[in-house]
Amino acid sequence: MGTAVKADAESAAATPSLEPALARRRPRPSRRGPGRRTLPYTLIAPAAIVIFGVLAYPLGMLAWISFQHYGLKELIAHQGDWVGLQNYTTLLADPLFLRVVLVSVVFTLVNVGLTLLFSTLIALLMSKVSRVIRVLLASGLIFVWATPVIVAVDIWQWMFDYEFGVVNYLLTQMRVFGSLIHHNWFENTVQGFSVITVIVVWGAIPFVAITLYAALSQVPDDVLEAAEVDGANPWQVFWGVTAPMLKPIFLIVTSLSTIWDFQVFNQIYVLLNQRPSSNFFTIAIYSYRESFGVTQYGLGAAIAVVMVLVLIAVTYFYVRQTLQTVDLAT
Amino acid sequence: MIAPGTATRVELGAVARSRSRVVNQVSWRRRLGQSGYDAVGLAVFVVMLFPLYWMVATAFKPGRDILALTPKWFPAPFTLQNFQDAVARPFFFDDVRNSLVVVGATVLISLALAFLAAMAVARFGFRGRSAFVVLIIGVQMVPLNALIIPLYLTLDRVGQTDSLAGVIAVYLAVVLPFMVWTLRGFIANIPVELEEAAMIDGCRREEAFVRIVLPLIGPGLVATAIFGFIQAWNEYIVAYVLLSTNSKQTLTVWLASFTTNHGPQWGPLMAAATLTGLPVVAFFLLIQRNLAGGLTAGSVKG
Repeated sequence: MGTAVKADAESAAATPSLEPALARRRPRPSRRGPGRRTLPYTLIAPAAIVIFGVLAYPLGMLAWISFQHYGLKELIAHQGDWVGLQNYTTLLADPLFLRVVLVSVVFTLVNVGLTLLFSTLIALLMSKVSRVIRVLLASGLIFVWATPVIVAVDIWQWMFDYEFGVVNYLLTQMRVFGSLIHHNWFENTVQGFSVITVIVVWGAIPFVAITLYAALSQVPDDVLEAAEVDGANPWQVFWGVTAPMLKPIFLIVTSLSTIWDFQVFNQIYVLLNQRPSSNFFTIAIYSYRESFGVTQYGLGAAIAVVMVLVLIAVTYFYVRQTLQTVDLAT
Repeated sequence: MIAPGTATRVELGAVARSRSRVVNQVSWRRRLGQSGYDAVGLAVFVVMLFPLYWMVATAFKPGRDILALTPKWFPAPFTLQNFQDAVARPFFFDDVRNSLVVVGATVLISLALAFLAAMAVARFGFRGRSAFVVLIIGVQMVPLNALIIPLYLTLDRVGQTDSLAGVIAVYLAVVLPFMVWTLRGFIANIPVELEEAAMIDGCRREEAFVRIVLPLIGPGLVATAIFGFIQAWNEYIVAYVLLSTNSKQTLTVWLASFTTNHGPQWGPLMAAATLTGLPVVAFFLLIQRNLAGGLTAGSVKG
């Protein structure tokens, strides 16, 4: 308990720029006394211990293991062999790893881009449709949002089934790609990733669209009308007025989507029946395979560290933005 | 000489006439545009919801209608056989029980801890408060997938890899940050004067929390409890890695192993998916407002 609280106090000192924002709405100091001063620490201690113990400490341990040779023998002995940077140099020399990183980055860019594009369009659409359709659309989105990922993967697996899948049937009927009867989507990596993208984007749209719509409805009407009176067309109104006002929220949903899509695991792993071929490895799957598939925990940890480092850069923007909005909101 | 007033009046009349023409035109065009938007909205609704419809429809279809080269769009004739088959699969009831134990423990413990921490963040100024806020916002972004290895190794060392307790500990840490953050908002909305009045009347500070604040944040507690339920019920990878014995797994692990172990039997699989998703959807409908608010509250300058 003492350590967690102390660590908090130390990092508070390390981040002085955040202090004034929060200090402004500090409740008035009331009665003195020793209990008064320790009470808040007693209150946050249990939560801080759990969060620190289960998330922050393992994060440190992850970095530690990534410098060790940690296989099955070491797992049984509970003791790794220190090998310095060897895991990282192995990775850099590994063509599969470089490919996996590239695949993950491209996959993330495509998925975040499509999610934001469709969500923005749906949010704008929701502000234009009549009331009944809006309620219908919103409740539909909420149903999709609520669907557990594993359930969603099973549904899409069935819909894209090569033999009796409804997608192959519909596409064949629409004659877009010719006959797709008995077409297996997972023989080709690009097509397989397209299916995975459909699943990820379908699941991601509701949160982003509803958040953007909520933000959109907070943009004051008179500002939009003023722009229209000044002769701006809808396109100009969106890029000149709406988009800049929604910039903070766009930043938040973009960073969250990036964080979620870069570590996609369930959609690929379960969709490919828990045996994805190396063509379908993303960084999370590769890390999992190295550690639990071939029991190279040290190497798996090094891959995970790379993943964390990339995400920290993205998280930085999110945390900064959230702290600013906290200051504004209260 | 024309009085300025008259001229104005004439102009206004002309403007009014021409404007009414414009308004007529615009409203006609608007109505057409409106039904266009509505049609697109309806199409989006159908596309987004179709997969869920297809799951439920498949779940109620007899086997020969599921394996039809030309899909049958409606589940007629109608059967409950798929649900019976799904439930009869090995370990279904074991895994439902495990899921309930994990979810129940996660929700109850996290609710208690989150309430205490939220109280501190909302009601006290103390050294390290902003660091704690950074911690709870920051760890919501920690990629859980990356932590599987150290979590597994740590729990392996203390002999908790194949036990529900280890999974519960991980879920607590995952849901706590959001819960603290959401409850903080609810508590901040209760006027601090209420507690002060109680304290003037002789309540101790702790008593004021329990007697004044706790009853007033009922809705907040319900919302965060359901959030914890959904997270714990849906989680897959931690449970999959930590729980290896079939009878000790949770429902999502059971569902994900459905095709691997038995080959795709789409009817029972869709029935099982429907059963797994149902409680989540039901609870989700109750709290969806708080979810969007929790992550992005007040991000737009009004």
